[in-house]
Amino acid sequence: MNLGILVWSYLKARPLNTALNIVLLSLGIAVMVVLLLFSRQLEEKIQSNARGIDLVVGAKGSPLQLILCTIFHIDFPTGNINLAEAEKIAKHRLVKRAIPMALGDSYQAYRIIGTNYNYPSLYNAELKSGQWFQNDLEVVLGANVASLTKFAVGDKFESAHGLSAGGHAHEEHQFTVVGILNNTGSVLDNLILTSVESVWKVHDLPVEAITDSTLKSMLVPSVAAGDSTKELTSLLLQYRSPMGAIQLPRYVNQQSKLQAASPAFETARLFTILGTGVEALMVLAYVLIVISALSIFIALYNSLKERRFDLAVMRTMGATRIKLVFTILTEGVSLTLLGSLAGVALGHGVVWVMAQVIEEVEKTGITGLIVYREEWIILAGSLLLGMLCALLPAWQAYRTDISKVLAGN
Amino acid sequence: MQVWLDNPARLLFLRTQMVAVKNLLYTYAGSKPMSFPDFQISSGEHALLLGDSGSGKTTLLHLLGGLLRGYTGSVQVDGAELARLSEKELDHLRGRKIGFVFQRNHLISVLTVKQNLLLAPYLAEVPPAGDRVEEVLNHLSLSHYKNQSVLKISQGQAQRVAIARAVLNKPSVILADEPTSALDDKNCERVINLLLQAACENNTTLLVATHDQRLKSVISKHIILHA
Repeated sequence: MNLGILVWSYLKARPLNTALNIVLLSLGIAVMVVLLLFSRQLEEKIQSNARGIDLVVGAKGSPLQLILCTIFHIDFPTGNINLAEAEKIAKHRLVKRAIPMALGDSYQAYRIIGTNYNYPSLYNAELKSGQWFQNDLEVVLGANVASLTKFAVGDKFESAHGLSAGGHAHEEHQFTVVGILNNTGSVLDNLILTSVESVWKVHDLPVEAITDSTLKSMLVPSVAAGDSTKELTSLLLQYRSPMGAIQLPRYVNQQSKLQAASPAFETARLFTILGTGVEALMVLAYVLIVISALSIFIALYNSLKERRFDLAVMRTMGATRIKLVFTILTEGVSLTLLGSLAGVALGHGVVWVMAQVIEEVEKTGITGLIVYREEWIILAGSLLLGMLCALLPAWQAYRTDISKVLAGN
Repeated sequence: MQVWLDNPARLLFLRTQMVAVKNLLYTYAGSKPMSFPDFQISSGEHALLLGDSGSGKTTLLHLLGGLLRGYTGSVQVDGAELARLSEKELDHLRGRKIGFVFQRNHLISVLTVKQNLLLAPYLAEVPPAGDRVEEVLNHLSLSHYKNQSVLKISQGQAQRVAIARAVLNKPSVILADEPTSALDDKNCERVINLLLQAACENNTTLLVATHDQRLKSVISKHIILHA
């Protein structure tokens, strides 16, 4: 006989009550854990994806949409910008680096991004096999794209027009896979990279070779500087100095067709929007936990009434008051600990299943197999909760008048 | 026999006083004081506590077991004046020196027969002696039911489990409160015989509070309480 057997026997004697309390608490804890896993990982992904990009320049429209489209590749572009105008920005003295970006096609909903080598270098991407794109219609695949499409270096495919699956196929132009990237844990894993010229070519915009007398465009060197016909989707900028943050957005926004969007500002705005939802769900989690705490308290309190004789008999057998108090507290703590362990497991399980079943979740790289320090706080908190629920019943056990209880039957 | 052989003090004073009551008065809040007759019971001796309902049999047993405190006069168990013991020392005394048997067998309903017995050394913080539990179970013919829930055994069997639990730690005194009143003649005889037998084996003093006439012929020493 030991404390464990004694407590377990009492819990086992009321199986439905015990199960209800554990399930109730585990639901509350699971909601908390799911929210924690999602919001924390999403935040980390968003921050790592926006790292190194100080400003995004695109066509006028929603700045959030521009950020979602060109950094996270989830929304659609706001429109196109003129190459010549983009160059003007890129040449600004406060710009350290400008990366062009041309969107338009996709393959099985994986976006094909026309850009240059600076873009993958933002995420420290390295080739796992093959080489970088050099000629027109050569592409490098992100790690997820390669593993899900099962393409290898040398394979060819036709892109589809538009950014969602099922667009009109560009049958006349076939892309060739020349390289595959290592896993970067960033949005790059879900992208197909190629040159800006390739994107123009697929859309039948002739790329004219420059003559020696013309200056090369600094964004797309194969095009003459100041070319007024070519268009880009957006431009990713890095500032040369913090002054850029003050001057550049205003400078860009003064251009009639351009807008500047700050990833830091827009993602902060995004978090506020998401935060409201997260908070609402968190309230639900707290409500569930409070209800389960009440239910555990009531269960302990009621069972203690039935157990007054048991407690008195135990005292006649030599049990000290402290021992009985400890038994009741252990019972409360066991319930909440079991509930929260089940909840943590359930939360991780739910996120894991979502990552397996829902493609969007899988693409973001969110996993259920990661444990945050906050979960230990949840477990410690549940111990405290159990103690709290058992405090009053334990106090009553402490005060049991043995003689009165025994004589009262 | 073992127990008193390994206690040299008992060899010298073979019939020491195990229970002694003198000038005892107890007052329940808001009622008249109850007085109790003086008596002594030697170790290994047995006595019946007789009297009508309300004459204070249970009160006296609770006083002897240290469950009721705040008496005037003297109550000594195994040489200790109970009023002078701290709460913790009383717990210790109850766990090691005193065994209780009640009318309605207060077994712990969520445990099995054997677990109820194992509870005695656990709560008294006595190291569980290897096969003592099996020995007692065999002795009281309970081995067959040892893994059953105590809710599934008969009243007579349950009272035997209660006796087994009371004698498990080899107490010096067993205080029994109406142990046979709820039993039929056959079970009554069996239970009192088992109690006497278990008491004899460990040189335990047996004090049985009862109004059960059937016990009068079995234990000759009578202490009579008057309301």
